[in-house]
Amino acid sequence: MASVELRNIKKHYGKTSVLKGVSLSVQDGEFLTLVGPSGCGKSTLLRIIAGLEDADGGEVRINGKNVAGVRPKDRNVAKVFQSYALYPHLTAFDNIATPLRMRWLTSIQRFPLLGRLLPETRRIERDIRGEVEQVAAMLRMSALLDRKPGQLSGGQRQRVALGRAMVRHPAVFLMDEPLSNLDARHRVQMRAEIMGLHRQLGTTFIYVTHDQAEAMTMSDRVAVMMEGELMQISEPEQLYIDPDDLRVAEMIGTPQINVVAIEKMAQHAGLYLAFPPDAATMAFRPECATIGKPLDAMLNGIVSMTEHLGADIFVHIKLDDDAGTVIVRTKPDAARHEDGAPVGVNVDRHNVLWFDADRKRIRRQAVKKIAA
Amino acid sequence: MKRHKLRGWIYSAPAVLAMCVLFLGPVLAVLFFSLTDWQLGQKSFSFLGLGNFEALLADKVFLKSLRNTFVYVLLVVPGTVALGLFVAVLLESSEELKGIYRTAHFVPVMAATSAMAIVWGTMLNPSIGMINRVFHWFGYSGANWLRDESTALLALALIGVWQGFGYAMVLFISGLKAIPQQLYEAAEIDGADSAVDRLRLVVLPMLGPVMMFVVIIIAVRAFSVFDTIHVLTEGGPNYGTDALLYRLYVESFNFLRTGYGGAMAVVFLIVVAMLTLVQARVIDKRVHYT
Repeated sequence: MASVELRNIKKHYGKTSVLKGVSLSVQDGEFLTLVGPSGCGKSTLLRIIAGLEDADGGEVRINGKNVAGVRPKDRNVAKVFQSYALYPHLTAFDNIATPLRMRWLTSIQRFPLLGRLLPETRRIERDIRGEVEQVAAMLRMSALLDRKPGQLSGGQRQRVALGRAMVRHPAVFLMDEPLSNLDARHRVQMRAEIMGLHRQLGTTFIYVTHDQAEAMTMSDRVAVMMEGELMQISEPEQLYIDPDDLRVAEMIGTPQINVVAIEKMAQHAGLYLAFPPDAATMAFRPECATIGKPLDAMLNGIVSMTEHLGADIFVHIKLDDDAGTVIVRTKPDAARHEDGAPVGVNVDRHNVLWFDADRKRIRRQAVKKIAA
Repeated sequence: MKRHKLRGWIYSAPAVLAMCVLFLGPVLAVLFFSLTDWQLGQKSFSFLGLGNFEALLADKVFLKSLRNTFVYVLLVVPGTVALGLFVAVLLESSEELKGIYRTAHFVPVMAATSAMAIVWGTMLNPSIGMINRVFHWFGYSGANWLRDESTALLALALIGVWQGFGYAMVLFISGLKAIPQQLYEAAEIDGADSAVDRLRLVVLPMLGPVMMFVVIIIAVRAFSVFDTIHVLTEGGPNYGTDALLYRLYVESFNFLRTGYGGAMAVVFLIVVAMLTLVQARVIDKRVHYT
């Protein structure tokens, strides 16, 4: 069990700056997810925590101790890889036992054949067997222990990888997109299992993913990274309703948040809404808007497409004056609209988020009416 | 059904024909002549049955050449594999001048063996050779490498290793490149961060298929050692460097005892075929294709 603290971590490869001073702290026992598009530096950050890579600046503290120069195996962290990274020539049992063998046995005791003859080796091997079997039982894979990775399915392999990480009771679990190689059904199932493991073990988890749905459903807190910077770190719900940055707002939630440039908005929209003075764009979630009569609403356009998803209906509306397309979520019992029908879109002003030209959120309540 | 069969044979006819003319035919011819007393150029011959093979088993020179061949193989194969792997790992772990070193180590593989053998002959020359001069520098007397029965085979084996390790190296490099980086990282986190542990846990198991291929190729090449013996020692001194293929050549083309040479060829064929089979069987069990 441990807390992890990152202070102003910087990393660059050649002239490309991958991490531009990232600071964040993870509490003991917390499930923190790093989410962001590929290339945002989230995996690099995880590798720096693991000690697989050195930061060019800043420090990593695990349990309050600066771990600069401490080798990965001595950091008491375990990592689960996207590609599982199992040893293909070893059985599931031996894969899980490897970290313990490396730690508990001396290099003489690990010597092929001869090491087995030492009495001490047998005793330790018995202990290792006990630990491995316990972990296997926890992961419900006791029956698979004598198979090799080649004989296991993707989900089973990932279980072995989890077992290899769990067996030594690490202070911190690092997971680098562990579910991306699985198909959709197994992904949802493993998601629940990993959450269950976190609850059961109570250990600190740092989880990297590019899938915002994974981030939102699994974590205590989510850290959104973009272009080597930490954009926002907060609880999933908070991230959804109260994003600090337009890019965060666009990243979280499906379908994406609707974004309309102020300059594209018809003059009369001002009648309905008060604009903050430096606002460049407005944004609102699909479920925060309602469809009304044309020419009488905040935004006007024509229906371009309707998606029926059973419980929800997403109506795509192409706005007038080339202001882009917005999506409105309605219920199946709401009035239907033909493609091409002119409609109006109204948004409750409490649910509108304003962003400035730098895509930063404007939270000030100071507003000014635009003269019609 | 019948037409399909015929069509299959027609499609594979060119390959079957080439196999027959270039491989099956000669093998059958050798098998046939090994049972006769035919001499190269003679018009007539008579059947000896297994007489040639009986003579072989009593032939001290042949048995010595057989023993030499095995010793040579047992020196060259581990030497080539170890050196090839060592250089491959070394080259893969550094970026500097990689291309130049890789090429430099591969040159002996491409060079004509007999030409290289002459160069080695000069270097190993007891009076003017570079190797003995180096020994003299350090106060040692050196040796008459190729004329002394206790060193001649060893010297040839060293030349064999020198000539072959570049080939093993290139194959090992390609094998090393195919090992996923994440496996090294997993090993590092699991605690295998010393060179030996990494070699045992990741590199050697992952190189399994390449290793099998390299060992078989190098072993077969070592079994058919000929050029260096022909150029440097002609089997001497006292048949100390006589090897299977060289003896076969001498019997068949110097002494023109083609039938007798044919019997040797059959022994050679059996040895190489068995070796390949045993290696494939044994190693295949321990190789993990993923």
